[in-house]
Amino acid sequence: MAHAVRQSNVDLVAAYPITPQTVIVERIAEFAANGEFKGEFVPVESEHSAMSACIGGALTGARVFTATASQGLALMHEMLYAASGLRLPIVMAVANRALNSPLNIHGDHSDIMGSRDSGWILLFAENVEEAYDRVIQAFRIAEAVNLPVAVNLDGFTLTHSAEVVRMLPDDAVESFVGRPPRRPTLLDDPPKSFGLMSLPDTYQFFKEDQQRAMEGAPPAIRAVEEAYRKISGREYGPVKRFLSDDADIVMVMLGSYAGTARVAAAQLRSEGIRAGVVSLGWYRPFPADELLRAVEGAGSIVVMDRSVSYGASAHPLASDVMTALYKAGLRKRVLSVVYGLGGRWFAEEDAKRLFRHAAEPGPDFESFFYYGGDRS
Amino acid sequence: MSAGSAEPKGGERAQVRSLLEIDRRERLAPGHRACAGCGPMIAVRQILQAYPEDPIVVNATGCVEVVTSVYPETSWLVPWVHVAFENSAAVASGVEAAMRALRRRGEIERERPVVVFAGDGGTFDIGIQALSGALERGHRMLYVCYDNEAYMNTGIQRSSATPYGAWTTTSPYGSVWPGKREAKKDIVAIVAAHGVPYAATASISHWKDLMTKVRKALSYDGPTFLHVYAPCNRGWRFDPSLTVEVAKRAVETRFFPLYEVENGRYRITLPVTKPRPLEDFLSIQGRFRHLLLPQYREALEELKRMVDERWERLTRLASARRAE
Ligand SMILES: Cc1ncc(C[n+]2csc(CCOP(=O)(O)OP(=O)(O)O)c2C)c(N)n1
Ligand code: SF4
Ligand SMILES: [Mg+2]
Repeated sequence: MAHAVRQSNVDLVAAYPITPQTVIVERIAEFAANGEFKGEFVPVESEHSAMSACIGGALTGARVFTATASQGLALMHEMLYAASGLRLPIVMAVANRALNSPLNIHGDHSDIMGSRDSGWILLFAENVEEAYDRVIQAFRIAEAVNLPVAVNLDGFTLTHSAEVVRMLPDDAVESFVGRPPRRPTLLDDPPKSFGLMSLPDTYQFFKEDQQRAMEGAPPAIRAVEEAYRKISGREYGPVKRFLSDDADIVMVMLGSYAGTARVAAAQLRSEGIRAGVVSLGWYRPFPADELLRAVEGAGSIVVMDRSVSYGASAHPLASDVMTALYKAGLRKRVLSVVYGLGGRWFAEEDAKRLFRHAAEPGPDFESFFYYGGDRS
Repeated sequence: MSAGSAEPKGGERAQVRSLLEIDRRERLAPGHRACAGCGPMIAVRQILQAYPEDPIVVNATGCVEVVTSVYPETSWLVPWVHVAFENSAAVASGVEAAMRALRRRGEIERERPVVVFAGDGGTFDIGIQALSGALERGHRMLYVCYDNEAYMNTGIQRSSATPYGAWTTTSPYGSVWPGKREAKKDIVAIVAAHGVPYAATASISHWKDLMTKVRKALSYDGPTFLHVYAPCNRGWRFDPSLTVEVAKRAVETRFFPLYEVENGRYRITLPVTKPRPLEDFLSIQGRFRHLLLPQYREALEELKRMVDERWERLTRLASARRAE
């Protein structure tokens, strides 16, 4: 992750430490101390200031990066909207972690789901190499559509794991990301004003523009992914399908547990259960069409959420999936499952249990918190 | 770059003695939406005119921001950005640091000066953390707090810059309260404690002093701070024609002393040897008028005591430094 930043011609990193993101900024600071990182490292006094400094930096035309998690993301919440409203191509890594209270430093998606509607492109990485790749891609995506991009990676599972990452050579990344294209900045002549106040007659226009930019982003994201495939041989796309083509039950998920689910799905085939897995690489813009193509043959869909939408009938990802089904006129059995909160374990056996449950006949819609065999 | 490393370069050369010495080009266009006689707008205009070149302005949410920037119009003839209420020092940090990186890459020739305009609320209260962080990190910027002694944009609520005894909508006077019950925070001491090379107070009524201080601040390579007294006729309840007079009386009664802290050395820049009675300042503003009623006599005495104490402390600080 830090290497991706070092290689991507970044001008400014402003960040504040929080577990489990700390490792990323510590490495960037180390690179700065050794002259390997050529930009400015600004060790701000809070995450709110981290995003504020990124906004200021981005307004000069510079390429900026920050990383955070959990409480830090919550603290910078106000600024997420400023960044997207100002249409700044800021890139941020979010080491997804649970939110206080009770205090918990382990992984789940409550942090980013709380900021889901702040106008950021949201990408999810399943493993460390993907996180590295996605950060590099994120700079070009952000600069192509003038929207900020958050690359999500599961706290601890991915931030504190020792996986082999096939890094690209420095010059390959540097020439891939190049320098940011010109955009309106504070250094322009004649001078420009940014961050004006807009009254009820105009405000909604700006918001619709942001929605249009988000809706129009897929081709740009695909183009960057394709260009990246050419230099790396690696491609993720909006959805990653595993055994889903002929599956009766598809599990839809975000983040690192997709691998666990894949192992389970493969093993269940020998039991005669046709299970498949769809893991989303993009969450916003929501890849509804690709998702539908991946699940249209299935009878049941198990949607796995590592966050809660309190009081809602379906949790965040499940709501998105059901909206996509509704748009396509499809009615299927849907299970909205909350799991893995605060780092709660989820093993192959758990995925299998859910697949088996979904394979049984049951109501069209179920929603529950999953714990494993018992609540112990 | 560290906050305290700069050598004094201010002094004589920074002195502004006449109107002829200043750039007459306006950097703030007329026709903005401020109330007639708005003190903060006078401060902003004067400060911008003291600049030898166009600075980048970072503006906190507050009166100055809202009256100058209603889309699709802007009053700013210099680069300007508003992001939020509490984070101007952090936004300015990012602008400044990013320019350094761009210069190192050879993409820009030099860094432009960065000036922050934030109200007392955006500085003394909600923005103090971001301000402290920026000062500690030593970003090169001039941070200007225009002090109208309350949250005016939201309708005259108290801030920690509101003086003792003053009426605001959240510090009303009544049978128990005398108006605001707490003293004004000493923001310059807080800023100076960060070891910045230059921090000073100034008032819109003393424009030569104000502009001289801007020039002095600009001569330092590091964060500098100006606390500028900027009366608000709407919030303080006085006639719009009296804005400068009110500011002047604040200085002449020792209510708002003019001083600077240069490399840690205090200096009173306008010694007030024969102060006018405090009542001369209080009586022309609605926010203090109750203090002149018999039932608030104690509060009035308390306020006078605070004013005297502050002046004595400043005198002590200034003479202690002289004796060194
Ligand atoms: C986080 C946040 N809290 C509250 C507000 C509401 N608000 C906007 S301006 C303001 C007061 C500004 O006071 P000050 O900084 O003294 O500037 P003035 O309006 O007096 O010029 C407040 C409370 C806000 N914009 N943002
Ligand atoms: S309310 Fe006060 S500070 Fe605000 S514009 Fe009017 S005079 Fe200026
Ligand atoms: Mg104010």
